[in-house]
Amino acid sequence: MTSNTTILRWGLYGILILFALFYLLPLFVMLTTSLKSLEEIRTGSLLALPRGLTFQPWIEAWSSACAGTQCEGLRPFFWNSVLMAVPAVMISTIVGALNGYVFAQWRFPGANLFFAAILFGCFIPFQVVLMPMARMLGLMGLAGTIPGLIFVHVIYGIGFTTLFFRNYYVTIPQELVRAAKVDGAGFFRIFWSIFLPISLPIITVSVIWQFTQIWNDFLFGVSFSGPGSQPVTVALNNIVNSTTGVKAYNVDMAAAIIAALPTLLVYVVAGKYFIRGLTAGSVKG
Amino acid sequence: MEWLERNVPKLVLAPSFVAILIFVYGFIAWTAWVSLTRSKLMPRYELDGFGQYTRLFASPRWDVAMNNLYIFGALFIIISMLIGLMLAIFLDQKIRAEGVLRTIYLYPMALSLIVTGTAWKWILNPGLGIQEMVRGWGFESFAFDWLIRPEMAIYTIVIAAVWQASGFVMALFLAGLRSVDTEIIRAAQVDGIPTRRIYSAIIIPTMAPIFLSAFIVLAHLAIKAFDLVIALTNGGPGYATDLPATYMYAMAFSRGDLGQAAASAMIMMMVIFAIVVPYLYSELRPRRDQ
Amino acid sequence: MKSVLAASTAMMLAGPVMAEPTAEVLHWWTSGGEAKSVAVLQDQFKAEGGTWTDMPVAGGGGDAAMTALRARVLAGNAPTAVQLKGPAIQEWYEETGLADIGSVAEENGWADVLPAQLAEHMKCDGQWCAAPVNVHRVNWIWGNKQILDEHGITQPTTWEEFNAAAEKLKEAGVTPLAHGGQNWQDATIFETVVLGQGADFYQKALVDLDPEALKSDTMKGVFDELRTLRGYVDDNFSGRDWNLATAMVMNGEAAFQIMGDWAKGEFLAAGKQPGVDFVCWPTPGNGFLYNVDSFAFFNVEGEDKQQGQKLLAKLIMGPDFQKTFNLNKGSIPARTDVALDEFDDCAKQSNQDMSADAEDGSLLPSYAHGMALRGAQAGAITDVVTNFFNSDMSSEDAVQQLADAVAASQM
Repeated sequence: MTSNTTILRWGLYGILILFALFYLLPLFVMLTTSLKSLEEIRTGSLLALPRGLTFQPWIEAWSSACAGTQCEGLRPFFWNSVLMAVPAVMISTIVGALNGYVFAQWRFPGANLFFAAILFGCFIPFQVVLMPMARMLGLMGLAGTIPGLIFVHVIYGIGFTTLFFRNYYVTIPQELVRAAKVDGAGFFRIFWSIFLPISLPIITVSVIWQFTQIWNDFLFGVSFSGPGSQPVTVALNNIVNSTTGVKAYNVDMAAAIIAALPTLLVYVVAGKYFIRGLTAGSVKG
Repeated sequence: MEWLERNVPKLVLAPSFVAILIFVYGFIAWTAWVSLTRSKLMPRYELDGFGQYTRLFASPRWDVAMNNLYIFGALFIIISMLIGLMLAIFLDQKIRAEGVLRTIYLYPMALSLIVTGTAWKWILNPGLGIQEMVRGWGFESFAFDWLIRPEMAIYTIVIAAVWQASGFVMALFLAGLRSVDTEIIRAAQVDGIPTRRIYSAIIIPTMAPIFLSAFIVLAHLAIKAFDLVIALTNGGPGYATDLPATYMYAMAFSRGDLGQAAASAMIMMMVIFAIVVPYLYSELRPRRDQ
Repeated sequence: MKSVLAASTAMMLAGPVMAEPTAEVLHWWTSGGEAKSVAVLQDQFKAEGGTWTDMPVAGGGGDAAMTALRARVLAGNAPTAVQLKGPAIQEWYEETGLADIGSVAEENGWADVLPAQLAEHMKCDGQWCAAPVNVHRVNWIWGNKQILDEHGITQPTTWEEFNAAAEKLKEAGVTPLAHGGQNWQDATIFETVVLGQGADFYQKALVDLDPEALKSDTMKGVFDELRTLRGYVDDNFSGRDWNLATAMVMNGEAAFQIMGDWAKGEFLAAGKQPGVDFVCWPTPGNGFLYNVDSFAFFNVEGEDKQQGQKLLAKLIMGPDFQKTFNLNKGSIPARTDVALDEFDDCAKQSNQDMSADAEDGSLLPSYAHGMALRGAQAGAITDVVTNFFNSDMSSEDAVQQLADAVAASQM
């Protein structure tokens, strides 16, 4: 090693760490604020470290902050989000896998056009669909329910999941399918015994993506939920927002971090697989 | 039975087909219809010509919103790609603690901006955040006040958006770098080609599909950028950081001016169409030859 | 979760037999003191045997709640009661119709205890369709008493006097005006300055939208004053929440804030005393800009829900609730016959002024808080005002843009 490359390496680490600090800054602000007392926030610098630690805001955010007349913190709403996100992620991933499988391996005339149409659907701004969707959900009897929310998230998730799986499966040689067909295997049989076993990386990608989108969604949550089915983002918004009342920033920040914990956890735990899945899927697609 | 066997693939797609037809294209058609009416608080269906579009184009606020979309979209996509690519290449140099760094770069994507908006607002506010902190260290003339300057505020939106998405782009590129055939790289190294050349001449060109994937994810985020603006500036100072999505939302839901909102949505959709369709075309065309 | 389940089971059990009153209430008072204030109503409702289903949606001063409301109405299940205010009540009435609660109003003599102007807001086509909970006064100046005493500043009665005081403070190195650069806050300052030109002018410009008034020299003067006020604000005001601006006054970083009486809650929460630590003065000029929160009742099916609407309407206007609620929230009761002994001095003054101003026609609806105009018109004005405040637009251009924007919004 020459001294030149050593300097380069130090520079490299320097830059990487600098960026890491940039990425961590907002989380730092949120974390420190959530550990301060309101008095300290009102008087001190917002970016400073807390003078005295308090965990009261966290307890309050989880179990006693008011989100409307119900003062039970985020806890009751967490479950709603789980009930909504888990089935929605599963269904949209399954549908996406099957769609992707067809688009990659069972092409028919017009399939590409249809695929393009699905992809374009990814780009529709959600504000546009709110009102007609409300009407449709009403007609289907799903308005204000968790199944209604699941339905909406599945519909608008299909685009991305289909894209992921199609790009992944398209790398698999078509001869494989042809050979299997000669052996008498059908559509589902081939999917089940050839494609599914190798799909873990791309399933990870699809699940992470969908889970993040659905868990963090606010717009659909606020429009299509009813009393008792509001997801955690709506509750968070209710805790954080006060039009004419005193704001408890420490509780707000604690609540914000709590609401984000599941997605954070998913990224921290599954982040490695995420990159692996992308490696396997996206390049050759 | 044989018919069934032959048509299974189509039957599998059928539900998605129907769903997309109704819930995407049907709704776009609905919006187009409403944009030609005088709908106020709630949709009305008596056609009334192109008045909403005339009003839209006469609105100075809409001009600002469209301009912002171009500035924001272009900067956001380019900077995110550059930072993402740079971090990916750097991380690819057998860095210690790569896992930790990667997670740190990636985590912003996991947070919704309802969550981080307030923190960003404080950080960027000159009286509370970075400017105040640096001045506190003794650099009295340090200024970072973009958030409060109408002509600069849109760039703070870019910063926060880049913060959120660039880690994700990094992941895409890192995945791309990892899957380049190592044989070729080794051969190049044996031939004594410098690392810089290996990247610029061999590795990056093979990653063209990744650039396209990154582009589609970023473009999708740019067009849907909404939470970000609401949380960070709520369109201010004045309406200097308005984007089409926030304009549309304001018209539809805070002002009860639904026809106007629909008209703005249609224009937005046309912009999306103009950007996305060429991409889809180039992405899907080669496979038709197979 | 458990309580919701319990509530829904209770609803199912109670349904057809005895029509127990039920209500699903959509509101955006979700946190802190506001949530506690609604909880008072909920408790009373339950005490009368009703079943309350809470549907809180906060954000953007009710924007998110209005989004949810549209989705609910389109889906065909409107909530039983909705927090709605100002002309939006009549606008919704025209779109979907609202329930008639005239029987409750007559039984309880609402007409006798509400100021006539306020009562008008609660009626659709002459029928009672909404119930008011409070009256916020918007045109207040909040001041840090210590700073004001130090510089010998007394209550300004004209905007010129206010400017003089501000200049004095500025020379002494004090930020005269704490302000948050959010569009509704800009609009709040704007409307108080318009009011300063006289109640008649306010009525013509911001209620009747008279093009002459909008383009007048007086309006130009309003923008000039706005430009002057802009000079009294510190550099970092953009996007600041109103309560952080209040904190600046509290901490002595600024002398004044122009804000509605909810700012008082911040002072009180920090243990400050009116008249001792801070002062509340009406903004220069004679008049009272009100912001009245109310609940409107949508058309719903089912005896239990209709009972719920009636009970809710009765409770909302009950003297008991009006007192407790407003003590919590910092506003004053909409009813004029509630004893104010337990209220603070600012609230008492607010109440006195309301009666006096109702007499001479200077009790006026706040445009910035959605009491005077429909959404599209109010929004058009706010766009111009906030753009003016945050740029170097000339007053001439502002007046022209204002007239154009208002004309376009009436299409």
